[in-house]
Amino acid sequence: MESLIPPFDAYAVFVEPWTRDLGLTLPIVLMGFFVTAACGLIGNYLILRRLALVGDAISHSVLPGLVVAFLFSGSLQIGAMFVGAVVAGVLTTLLIELIHTRSRVKTDAAIGITFCSLFAIGVIMINAFAGQVHLDTECVLYGEIGYVPLEETVSLFGGRLNLGPAPVVTMGVVFALVAVLVLLFYKELLVSSFDTTLAASLGFAPRVIHYCLMSLLSVVVVAAFESVGAILVIATLILPGATAQMISTRLPIIMGLSLAHAALSSLGGYHLARWLDCSTAGAMVVAGAALFTAAWVLSPRSTILRKWKTRLGFFAGEEDPQEKAAAAPAAAGD
Amino acid sequence: METTAPALETHDLSVAYQKKPVLYGVDLEIPEGKLVGIVGPNGAGKSTLIKAIMGLLPLRSGWVKVFGQPFAKAKRRVGYVPQRESVDWDFPVNVMDVVLMGRYGHLGWIKRPSAADREIARNCLDQVNLLPYANRQISNLSGGQQQRVFLARALAQESDLYLMDEPFAGVDAATEAAIIVLLKELKARGKTILVVHHDLTTAKDYFDMLVLLNMRVVDYGDTADVFTVEKLQKTYGGRLTLLSDVTRQEARQKAGEEV
Repeated sequence: MESLIPPFDAYAVFVEPWTRDLGLTLPIVLMGFFVTAACGLIGNYLILRRLALVGDAISHSVLPGLVVAFLFSGSLQIGAMFVGAVVAGVLTTLLIELIHTRSRVKTDAAIGITFCSLFAIGVIMINAFAGQVHLDTECVLYGEIGYVPLEETVSLFGGRLNLGPAPVVTMGVVFALVAVLVLLFYKELLVSSFDTTLAASLGFAPRVIHYCLMSLLSVVVVAAFESVGAILVIATLILPGATAQMISTRLPIIMGLSLAHAALSSLGGYHLARWLDCSTAGAMVVAGAALFTAAWVLSPRSTILRKWKTRLGFFAGEEDPQEKAAAAPAAAGD
Repeated sequence: METTAPALETHDLSVAYQKKPVLYGVDLEIPEGKLVGIVGPNGAGKSTLIKAIMGLLPLRSGWVKVFGQPFAKAKRRVGYVPQRESVDWDFPVNVMDVVLMGRYGHLGWIKRPSAADREIARNCLDQVNLLPYANRQISNLSGGQQQRVFLARALAQESDLYLMDEPFAGVDAATEAAIIVLLKELKARGKTILVVHHDLTTAKDYFDMLVLLNMRVVDYGDTADVFTVEKLQKTYGGRLTLLSDVTRQEARQKAGEEV
């Protein structure tokens, strides 16, 4: 066993990162938090709108958009990158709808067809224009969050204020943008996710909201691309929301819990990676999945825990007070 | 604004889903202050008509006017009750959150509901006897309670015309009675209510006017004139299983009147 799993040294895993290696730890953990938090906030709406698969699709199909943006601008400039991503993201959404409405192909199959084809086109383009496009296929798939601290740094006021590595700053700005938009348009997102027909009849243009959400998703995915890759980004889209929705039934609380999940999974994942000397992005997703499992088993609404409790006799006589209070008027009302 | 304009007017309203026509040339003129039922067999386009009125479907032809104006201009005067199954009741919101959505149309973009909006919402919940449930997660409600949440939400819209898609579907008898009392109260306050209804046995007692719909308007007018055996036969075609009870009842009543 010892040869398979490195020995656990609490000092090396938990203390050293925050003392000797702080310069490495901080950008990586922050990047992990920004990625998971931004993805988690949007992911909540994907889950509620039954669009988790569309998130999957867009995370792959932004690739050709990136390559085209690369070809036009000559390097991976943020502006061109985001434009390419949004165009690709909206195109994906449109194509899925087109295939689904204009043929007998059902939505799930239409999603599969669209994103695989677009991703494949992106892969071919990377190979074909290898001279001009410096995108590494491995990085596209798995991301390289571990290299974040080595990136060029951004500084303000003529170098007097060092903000940190460029990708972390970009992701921080994207996270702030998502947080502000989700706060501002909370009501519009809520009503169009819960009851599209009502939203439309009230004049909230749910289709416009849908495409804006997909565009924002594309921006987030592209910003997260280099650090976590096309596959792991799906996990960061779904896990925070899925975990939070296990625990609470109020949307504002769920949003807060998603952020907590983002913080815990990026911290936990980083330390796990320090211990096992493995891919940091992978470890962060594993930590996120562990949190999901914990929420599943331990949450107050969990049926698993309730079954155990009943079996052990803990549950006898214990009743949800809200349930009890409401039982009387329910009997009278119906 | 014209006060004489009918609450709802449609002219030659036609809708098709992917080239398959669902509604043809619907002409309706619904006066203010009436409780109107839309009845017809499954697939007759009843829900489609409601959605077409609200401009949610591309029209093949025709137009809709609400109080003499196009729907988009009069949308704040229209309240909507969707079919209960059209939403996900596991959605992480409570009863109050749903009822507050009725205020969103008055708020417009970005603005949040105020204390006054909450007061209106509480008042509407009280009208459907659900005030004690305000903080309940919506999945922990019975079917009848869920339906009443939707009614409270429509009340919170403070509209003049209400469009309701099967508000009586899958509710218990007590809730049905409570809902009809509420609708009659609304009517007494001068509101116009258009209700998609599937139960012919009660249609005659509930509504002032009826629209008999089967892809086109078979007949429309005061319930007493429209609710006849031959007109219902014409609307429902061969599907008469339920109808036979109603017609027998009708015939018996007529015989009773003659004696």
